[in-house]
Amino acid sequence: MLNEFGAQMLDVVLWISFVGVTISIFILVYRTIKGPTNPDRAVALDAIGINMMALVGLQAINLGTDRLNDVVLLIGILLFIGTIAIAKFLEKGVIIDRHNH
Amino acid sequence: MAHTNDIILKTMTQLIAFILLGFSIYLFFAGHNAPGGGFIGGLMTAAAIILMYITYGYEKIEQILPINFTTMFVAGLGIATLAGIGSIVLGHPFLSQTFEYYNLPIMGETELATALIFDLGVYLGVVGVTMTIILTIATDSDAKEDEEKAEA
Repeated sequence: MLNEFGAQMLDVVLWISFVGVTISIFILVYRTIKGPTNPDRAVALDAIGINMMALVGLQAINLGTDRLNDVVLLIGILLFIGTIAIAKFLEKGVIIDRHNH
Repeated sequence: MAHTNDIILKTMTQLIAFILLGFSIYLFFAGHNAPGGGFIGGLMTAAAIILMYITYGYEKIEQILPINFTTMFVAGLGIATLAGIGSIVLGHPFLSQTFEYYNLPIMGETELATALIFDLGVYLGVVGVTMTIILTIATDSDAKEDEEKAEA
């Protein structure tokens, strides 16, 4: 009885979370395209990546597997590199310096 | 251009680049049974090298890692093709694979699969192509810089 209730509640909570994260990604895509300045776009892309990590984590709970943990870590690392590249581009105008200062 | 202080990035890169390289090797060996494999392992290695390039600049890393990435991806394609042809030589269809369990000294009973040879080719190919593309784009700015200098 209690187990059944727990499974149903987990299902409902998962669906609410999926829908919420998906709506959040769509709003962030709007900000990425429309964003008045480039820092806005950088922050929006960063947040899209975080939402993708959340989606993969939710799907891992949904499927009841731990095979997707690597994927979360992977998205996080690629996101980190991308954010550093965007930040450096915004600050210096180049991503890889040709000459040492 | 103002001289910016990026000591946090430089200190972090020294640690994180090695974590990324270790994670890439883990992903490479986790392949064909779990999420991972040559492609994503190569992508992680490329990410670590790119992080070092971003932090320390082109010339320093060029001295530290004098790797010709073009040669690397040709070697990767060669290894992948030879891994496929090897099964023809042994009388099986192209790219067929096999595996066997061995008792290795430290690791105990380990599964050794011939798919790992193909994966090694994919790994080298992905690292080579990614780094070639990004470094070609990054070092393409000479003509533009010269124009800017001429205008200034």
